[in-house]
Parts: sequence; C-alpha cells; structure tokens
Amino acid sequence: MSHLSPELLERARELVALYPEPRSALVPICHLAQEQDGWLRPEAMAEIAELVGVTPAEVRGTASFYDMLHTEPVGTYVVSVCTNIACLLGGAAELLEHAEASLGVGVGGTTEDGAITLEEAECLADCDRPPCVQVNHRYVGPQSPESFDRLVADLRGGRLAGTVPAHGTLARVRRNGGLRVERARVTAERAAAAEARARRQAAAGEGR
Amino acid sequence: MALTDAPRIVTSRLGYEDSHTLERYLATGGYQALRKALQMTPEAVAAEVDAASLLGRGGAGFPAGRKWSMLRPDPVTYLVINGDESEPATFKDHLLIERDPHQLLEGVLIASYALQVAQAFVYVRGEFALGLERVTQALNEAYDYGAVGADIFGSGFSVDVVVHPGAGAYICGEETALIESLEGKRGFPRIKPPYFPAAIGLYGQPTVVNNVETMSNLPWIIANGGAAFAALGAGRSTGTRLFALSGHVRRPGAYELEMVKTTFRDLIYDPSLGGGIRDGNELKAFIPGGVSAPWFGPDRVDLPLGQDEVGDAGSMLGSGSVVVMDSTTCMVRATWRITKFFARESCGQCTPCREGSGWLERVLYRIEHGGGREEDLDLLLDVCDNIAPGLTWPPAMTTICVLGPSIPSSIHSAIEMFRDEFLTHVKEGGCPHG
Ligand SMILES: Cc1cc2nc3c(=O)[nH]c(=O)nc-3n(C[C@H](O)[C@H](O)[C@H](O)COP(=O)(O)O)c2cc1C
Ligand code: SF4
Ligand code: FES
Repeated sequence: MSHLSPELLERARELVALYPEPRSALVPICHLAQEQDGWLRPEAMAEIAELVGVTPAEVRGTASFYDMLHTEPVGTYVVSVCTNIACLLGGAAELLEHAEASLGVGVGGTTEDGAITLEEAECLADCDRPPCVQVNHRYVGPQSPESFDRLVADLRGGRLAGTVPAHGTLARVRRNGGLRVERARVTAERAAAAEARARRQAAAGEGR
Repeated sequence: MALTDAPRIVTSRLGYEDSHTLERYLATGGYQALRKALQMTPEAVAAEVDAASLLGRGGAGFPAGRKWSMLRPDPVTYLVINGDESEPATFKDHLLIERDPHQLLEGVLIASYALQVAQAFVYVRGEFALGLERVTQALNEAYDYGAVGADIFGSGFSVDVVVHPGAGAYICGEETALIESLEGKRGFPRIKPPYFPAAIGLYGQPTVVNNVETMSNLPWIIANGGAAFAALGAGRSTGTRLFALSGHVRRPGAYELEMVKTTFRDLIYDPSLGGGIRDGNELKAFIPGGVSAPWFGPDRVDLPLGQDEVGDAGSMLGSGSVVVMDSTTCMVRATWRITKFFARESCGQCTPCREGSGWLERVLYRIEHGGGREEDLDLLLDVCDNIAPGLTWPPAMTTICVLGPSIPSSIHSAIEMFRDEFLTHVKEGGCPHG
C-alpha cells in the first residue's frame, strides 16, 4: 500500500525520471510528501527511500539537514519571520516579540489548535520590504504588529486559502518541463559518463 | 536607467504586470537571441560572452567566459544554475526569477548550447514558492514553444532543463554544496581540489555553476554583441549590475546601474534610487556587498560601484547587496545578528567555523545583553584570527569553504569602527539603545 496518494506517487515517479540519478529527486519528493501530510511521516520517508533507492535512515539524515523539511509535525501554516540584518533594521525583533506574545508560543512552537507554527527565519530575500514574513513560504508583505494579528485571524478563518495553500509549498504547478531528448542519446551519454567517471575516480585514487 | 544612459539589460520588462508570461516575453523580443545563437557555432557564442567579459554575479565575480573555457572536455557535462540566493540582504535573483523567468531560461539555453551540455539544472531556493511556480510554468511554456527539449527550433541541438527546489540551507549556495544538494544529499561543501566543479562536478562529471543574474545577461549579450556589453562600465567591471539596496534608506529596492560609472553615493542618495537616509538621519556605516563583506564608513560613499574599486578599498561588491545603517543603529546588535546567522548556517564540517561561530555569537550576545567584559573585545578578535589568520582581506583560508573565513568581516569592521560603542555596552551593562 502506497502512503503517498496515487496522484502524488505518479508525480514522484515523474520526478525520479527527470534526473540522471534517482537520489536527486529525494528533496523534491519530500516536498510532495509534506504537501500531503504537512510533515515527513516515517511511512513517507520509507516510501521515498524506496523510490530513490536509499535507506529510510538516509532520507531522514538528509531531510534533517534542511530547514524546510520537517521530521516532526508542524501547524497547518508555518509563519516565518525574518530577523536578519535588513529586517532587523526594519523592526523585525519587535515584530517577532509581538508574534510570540500574541500567538502564545515561542519560536519553533505550534499553537494549541494546530493552526500556526512560528519560525524565526534567516534572510528570505525580500529585504526591501521589512520586516519580511512568509506563510508556507509565500510572501505576505511587510507586517506591523497590528497587521500581524489580522493576518493570523485571516489564516485561521480560512480567508487566505486562495493565496496560501495549507501545508504545500510547491503545490500548484504539476509538470516540470519533462524529458524530450531522445532516449537513445541519453542512454548512450549516461553509459559514456559512467565510464569516464570510473576512469576519473581510478585516477584520483578514491571513490566518493 | 537612471544616472547614466546605459540600457536596462536585465530589468527591461519589469515595468509590465505580466512580465513573467511567454506572451509578454515574445512581444518584447524574447527567444530571438537563442535563435541567433543557434545559428552561430557554440565556440562563437562562447567567444561573445568572453568578449563581454561578464563577471559572475553570484558573489565571487569570476569571469563567466573564463569559467566556461575551463570546463573539461568530456562525453557528458552539466550546467547548474545557482538560484539559492540566501546571502542576507540579497534579493536580486528573487526578482529575476519571479518577474522574468523566460529571460533566465533563455540565458540557460544559450549557455547550454555554447557549452554543449547534456542537461541543465536550475536550482531555486525552496522558500521561493512563487518563483518556483513561475520558472516551472515558464519552462513548461518554453517546452511547448519548442525552445527546450529535442531539436530546439529545428536546429538539431537538444537539451533538457530541470527546475530543482532547494529546501532551506544557506550553505547550499556554495557551488559544491549546491551540487551535493542537487545529488539528493546534505549540503556539505566539497574539498577543492580535487572537487572543482569544472573537473569533478555533478554526478562526478565536469560542470559549470553560474548565478541567475549571470545567465539573465546572456540574451542581451548575444542580441547586441559582447563588445556592446563591454563598452558599458569600466575596467574589469563591464555591463550593469542589479544592486539590492536595503536598510535605513527612504527607497529600498533593486536598482540596475551601470558598473563603475555610478557610486555608492548615487545609489544611496539619488532621489530616483535610495533617496537618502530615512527620517533625515545621518549615515553611520554601510555593508557594500552582503554580510560576508567588511563594512565601510561614510568616508567611502564616493567609491564607484566596481568590483576592483571596492576590492582595492578592502571589501567586496560580493552579491551586490548594500545595507545602509543610520545613526540610530546599535552596531553590537547588528554584528550579533549577522554572527548568529553564520552560527546557524555553518554546516559544521570544519572546527574553526563550527566552534568559532558559536563562540563569537555567545560573546556578542552577552555584550549586547549586559554580561560583557572589556576583555571580550580582544577575545572576539582572537577567535576571529583563529578562523581567518591575520584578519586580512581577502581572508586566509583555514576551512573547506569560504563561509567560515567570512564570519570575521562584520565583527572586525564593527570593532575597528565602533570600539567605543562596544565599550559603552560593557560599562553600562547592556545596550544603551534599549
Ligand atoms: C557560503 C556561500 C554562499 C553562496 N551563496 C550563493 C548564492 O546564494 N547564489 C550564488 O549565485 N552564488 C553563491 N555563492 C557563490 C557560488 O559558490 C559560486 O561562486 C557562484 O554561484 C558562481 O556563479 P557566478 O560565477 O555566475 O557568479 C556562495 C558562496 C559561498 C561560499
Ligand atoms: S567553512 Fe563552515 S560552512 Fe564551509 S565547509 Fe567548513 S564548516 Fe561548512
Ligand atoms: S534580511 Fe529579512 S528578508 Fe532579507
């Protein structure tokens, strides 16, 4: 029984096919699994491991390196407040303090209703509109303490469903170009590449 | 473009609401440069880029043409585009990815043809949900239009492009970490040598890694010729650059300016650009090229925006992001926050970086929050000196990648420029700014 839904499983297989080596699809498929479950359930990690040809421990070990991949449950909406330098100069520390008090959770915490997880983010590359806030990695503009409370109320009331999908970060585009170069050429290239690589590694005196 | 009569090279479409669509792109000359390139030989395309003397826009400023010429001939080579943009205060690639994804893709295709790569990968930081949507959508459109895939525009040249989402880790912007990450692993930088991407890169194959803005310049260069690009700017810094201006200015934003012909003063004070310091305050200091760069005081505002000009003055243009701090800024707090960033983002492979960043962060925290001692200033500089011996610029390397040796930049600058402010924190038992 697949843990991923049939639609996501098919999408995951397409992702694997995009890369010369299946393991490259590990992180993209983790994003898909989080779209379904909100976080990386052990069952999902086991299935991802199978899809990309590694052990579940390797999936966990890799995923735990990345801030956006959650190996523990999170709220429906992950609210990230950037406090890095440009945002700090624009009042981010005060905003984060307000967010903690108003949500009643500290950084990393999730509200009791499971709606909001609060994160202190590093620079989110929107530094000309400080303090920068993202919800599920969609920019929601600079926020003041007052507007922040309205934002949270709107999220809880489902009024932002159109702009901020629940959980899913990359949920809205299903195709990713695709492979159109002739199979024969790709197969020949990969074989030649494997040979060249083996020669190189033998020359370097080590395998990686 | 403001100030000089140089054309807008990478931001020409940003005035349009629908700048990200294929329709707008085609209506504004899109994919003509790719068609032109496909009628040239790959070598001739590379020669135009070399003639443009386009410097990489990702931070290190290495000439793209030279990098391409170092790619080892091999049955299979790859092109990887660095769209990880996570250097604090840098937000130019964000704009280019979200607002003109076809321009980026056209650049990627031109480079793919010049380098004859087997496949190209566009790595976009995972936090750019909309950017990923836009560039993936653009890629789908480009496939349907015949600009990507098999037999592009009937030229006989074929290449596939994949958009790859990151998942949140600053270090993945470092090119070898980016490659590890693209291989589905943790983003640990690789040791150079032997792991120079041009020799042993993605999947062990020769690989070129270039930044998003670097690629976005290519359509213009091919359309107008490398010489026209090289005629802009001066010295080694040719063309324009997209500067990301943030902090205490009236009009923060991303501004495309001709290199060298404009100065930090223009960028910060010109009414059509930064518009001056907010609230009528005074300029206290600015960071000229991302938080890895040493700071400048107001005495340096007349420096031209050029790679060598800034380098010779003891800092770097880096990622092209300028952070302005006015007279109300607490420099201890600013330094502490930047250092906290490095401590959080160190990948932990090298002892000086992993341990040093944590130490520095804790000492700065205690100075800011009232537990500092006078000896702490020497302690800070001593730890910095262990990470980058001699505290020279550019820094000496003790680590696998240059993240570690970048940590001392802000601390060293702040203590040199604002020693009294640190001492006041120590004497008054905390931050006088409240
Ligand atoms: C810690 C660290 C982070 C980096 N982050 C980025 C980044 O986010 N984007 C980028 O293009 N280059 C980044 N770089 C520079 C890359 O290693 C590489 O030089 C660049 O992508 C090459 O492209 P270019 O030659 O077109 O500039 C980073 C380097 C280091 C050491
Ligand atoms: S310098 Fe720091 S970030 Fe770079 S490899 Fe070493 S520990 Fe990792
Ligand atoms: S510093 Fe906050 S978004 Fe860049």
